[in-house]
Amino acid sequence: MNIQSMILALQTYWSKQNCILMQSYDVEKGAGTMSPMTLLRSLGPEPWNVAYVEPSRRPDDGRYGQNPNRLYQHHQFQVVMKPSPDNIQELYLDSLKALGIDPLEHDIRFVEDNWENPTLGAAGLGWEVWLDGMEITQFTYFQQIGGLEANPVSVELTYGIERLASYIQDKENVFDLEWTDGVTVKDIFLQPEYEHSVYTFEESDADMLFQLFLMYEKEAGRIMEKGLVFPAYDYVLKCSHTFNLLDARGVISVTERTGYISRIRQLARRIAKAYVAERERLGFPMLSKEVQ
Amino acid sequence: MAKDALFEIGLEELPARFIDQAESQLRQQTEQFLKTQRLSYTSLQSFSTPRRLAVLIQGLAETQTTIEEEVKGPAAAIARDDAGNWTKAAIGFTKGQGVTVDDIYEKEIKGTAYIHVKKKIEGKPTLDLLPQFETIITAIQFNKNMRWGEETLRYARPIRWLVGMYGTDVIPFNITGVHSSNVTYGHRFLGGKIILNEANDYVDVLKAQYVIVDSSDREEMIMTQIKEVATEKGIHVPVDHDLLEEVRNLVEFPTIFVGAFDNNFLELPADILITSMKEHQRYFPVKDQDGKLLPLFIGVRNGDHHALETVIRGNEKVLRARLSDAQFFYEEDQKTPLDIHLEKLDRVIFQEKLGTLADKVVRVRHIAGKIADKIDLTSEVQAHVERAAHLCKFDLMTQMVNEFTELQGVMGEDYALKYGEHPGVAAAIREHYLPKHASGALPETVEGSVLSIADKLDTITGCLAVGLKPSASQDPYGLRRQATGILRILEEKGWSVELEDLLDIAIKLYASLDLVQMSEQHIKEEVIAFFHTRASYLLRDHQIEQDVVHAIIHHKIGRYPYAVERAHLLSVKRHEASFKPTQEALVRVLNISKKAETSHIDPDLFQTDSERALYEAFTRISPLVQSAQEEANAADALHHLEKLTEPIHHFFEQNMVMADDARVRKNRLALLHAIANVISNYADLSLVEWKQQF
Repeated sequence: MNIQSMILALQTYWSKQNCILMQSYDVEKGAGTMSPMTLLRSLGPEPWNVAYVEPSRRPDDGRYGQNPNRLYQHHQFQVVMKPSPDNIQELYLDSLKALGIDPLEHDIRFVEDNWENPTLGAAGLGWEVWLDGMEITQFTYFQQIGGLEANPVSVELTYGIERLASYIQDKENVFDLEWTDGVTVKDIFLQPEYEHSVYTFEESDADMLFQLFLMYEKEAGRIMEKGLVFPAYDYVLKCSHTFNLLDARGVISVTERTGYISRIRQLARRIAKAYVAERERLGFPMLSKEVQ
Repeated sequence: MAKDALFEIGLEELPARFIDQAESQLRQQTEQFLKTQRLSYTSLQSFSTPRRLAVLIQGLAETQTTIEEEVKGPAAAIARDDAGNWTKAAIGFTKGQGVTVDDIYEKEIKGTAYIHVKKKIEGKPTLDLLPQFETIITAIQFNKNMRWGEETLRYARPIRWLVGMYGTDVIPFNITGVHSSNVTYGHRFLGGKIILNEANDYVDVLKAQYVIVDSSDREEMIMTQIKEVATEKGIHVPVDHDLLEEVRNLVEFPTIFVGAFDNNFLELPADILITSMKEHQRYFPVKDQDGKLLPLFIGVRNGDHHALETVIRGNEKVLRARLSDAQFFYEEDQKTPLDIHLEKLDRVIFQEKLGTLADKVVRVRHIAGKIADKIDLTSEVQAHVERAAHLCKFDLMTQMVNEFTELQGVMGEDYALKYGEHPGVAAAIREHYLPKHASGALPETVEGSVLSIADKLDTITGCLAVGLKPSASQDPYGLRRQATGILRILEEKGWSVELEDLLDIAIKLYASLDLVQMSEQHIKEEVIAFFHTRASYLLRDHQIEQDVVHAIIHHKIGRYPYAVERAHLLSVKRHEASFKPTQEALVRVLNISKKAETSHIDPDLFQTDSERALYEAFTRISPLVQSAQEEANAADALHHLEKLTEPIHHFFEQNMVMADDARVRKNRLALLHAIANVISNYADLSLVEWKQQF
């Protein structure tokens, strides 16, 4: 099964479970969790079921396209359901069947893993799902988002697309994976992997990035004051990515590092509060929709 | 007629580390519940798997045990009137208790007679009481709890089904909207939905559905299979018990398999291979009969033999990817010169208030150097300590330790040897992290021991000096563990160095640093108090009782190994009848000497022979005690002190210490004060609770 078919299968499956199929969010981010479709929407009382593919950038993991397991940008298939359904584990396992993975032919385990993202003031409890010893999914019940208690609790499933594909296609090197018939990951991503690595580690302009960080941070703060939650959040994402670039460039000392993380966290906290307040002001529209 | 009762909590996969503890809580609380509810039973078994906690009570009585209760009524004097008839008060009392006046009897309480009756409390039906079991389930405590869906309950993982049965009856209760029933579930993939006909079927019915509910049975299955494969293949599988316990709690039906990896990975240090297999993948490493690692591993699958080849292939692929990564890091790290690793230390924060790792290394070098001065070390060993202190953190900058953090120190040693460092230096780098936990292995080399003490002393003093004192429940920097580590190393090495002198090195250093605001005196108080508490705990671990601990270390901890020795000796002496006269004499001196105003003794002012005799004995014995103390000979020192017994008793029999003549009085007190000093340098015997039996 090529990656394209895997994505289609997952989309079809989760669409049948009443998830809204979204597209990737158009601001750079390190993980699917950071899309407002997860991070903001999992806040507050409104029900929310969504599935989407998220290209996730981790500048520090760039390896010039030389490493068989690491990428500057990989893909996550993200599912969020709020409140978490009682049969979520069964739903998840059935999604593996949709990928042609028969649990009876494998060893599937739920191994304790507690997830935490200090930059976003977010934490959750759950598992890594192991398929024959390989971690293929992060399975998390959100407990806290942007410093706020998650209530009701959302469940988040994050499938590592390339990981899963390397198992399904039985390939040792991520670049050998078939995206669609006759087209490999190498064909599509080798050049960007190489160029992004060169940029990240050798060419990025640190002074400019520092300036950008300050500008993004300031703008996020400014428009948050005006109750513009979503635009403010976009700037927080930009702060986060800019910080990741600076960090990978090796220009942020460890002391400063903690400082930057806590600045982003402060913004995320304020936005989380502002988002809930704004939804409340609107009367939690999706909640009343369900009641009707 | 008695019947069996069963309770089962069906859960999403519990963390393996919670399971044993949760099962034992469930068991204990059930026993407690049955006891307070006066419900008799013949036996009780508890079970656990990643997906369930259960308790089976066999032969549980159908009703509570009936008991008789004695109820006290009014005083006999007001229970009868003058004619001897029961009064209204007495009749009212009996009515209230559901009995008649014929049941009344009298009983005296503190000299007054009261009327009493015996009331029978009939047992309620068991079936009516068992729904309360709900509270036992929700009372189980886990290390970490979560919420799910719209529920408010905090529990280790979501509850998905509940079984409550008594005989064939369902016991009704519900938790988080889940209603109890007689329905349970077998293995997630190999089993199905199960309707239990009666409680007692539990173990067998689940076994048929690929769930081994008894964790020790699962452990035994794993061990049996490992032994079979070991014999068959002529291999040796050293089974780590912690790993075995974890693995048995990751599966409901264990089937082991043997996987292989490429021979060339065996060139990596064994610790890397073992960490990859054990810590990351929960595999058992495999050795040959000579104890050499083989390119094989044993994994445990949650299921049966079906398609085991696929499972093996998948696991081999994962391990191969991990080991390839490790191999890559191993080669890359060694391409980087040692100095480059060291340079990076000033970019990494050790602790926000305590600067970078480079700062820490400078401090550790200083402290280690001063410690080395205090211990009799050859110049070669001193040089090793100095070099190892300089290098001790470099491996934290390597890619390998970045990826495999548990290999800190281990990689330091391995790489240091490759960089051409002396084996003593390399070993010290590894050993300075020891002991890793309260009872963990200690450093073996002198270099490693000194460096370990220096590193820990730096962390403890530093944290306390910037106000990062551990709280009752939180010790994020492991300060307690580290202080205990220092004391254990000192004890094991038997070094004749005063703990306070070692602490002083770090205290003085921190007092001189800009990053610290606390005064030297304040730091000292904090550090000494901290070690005092740790030493007390550690001595208590040696079965030394609290009062003896106080007596030994109240004044100072001093040479810790010697403190341990004196504590052991006193713990014996306090029970010996023959020691009683000595202890009485010495304690009397300690008590009365507190009144002394001066320590100047003027022999010309002695009035009596007994006074002079005590003074003479003191001047003769005091140096003997002192030199025995210096040699850390606890028995000899006490033996010499015992020789003061008779002169002291004579002194008290024949002299009034509080003489009318002020000069005589002061002089007598000064003599006692001098003697008291010698005694309390050994131990403050006035703090001991003597326990001789006569």
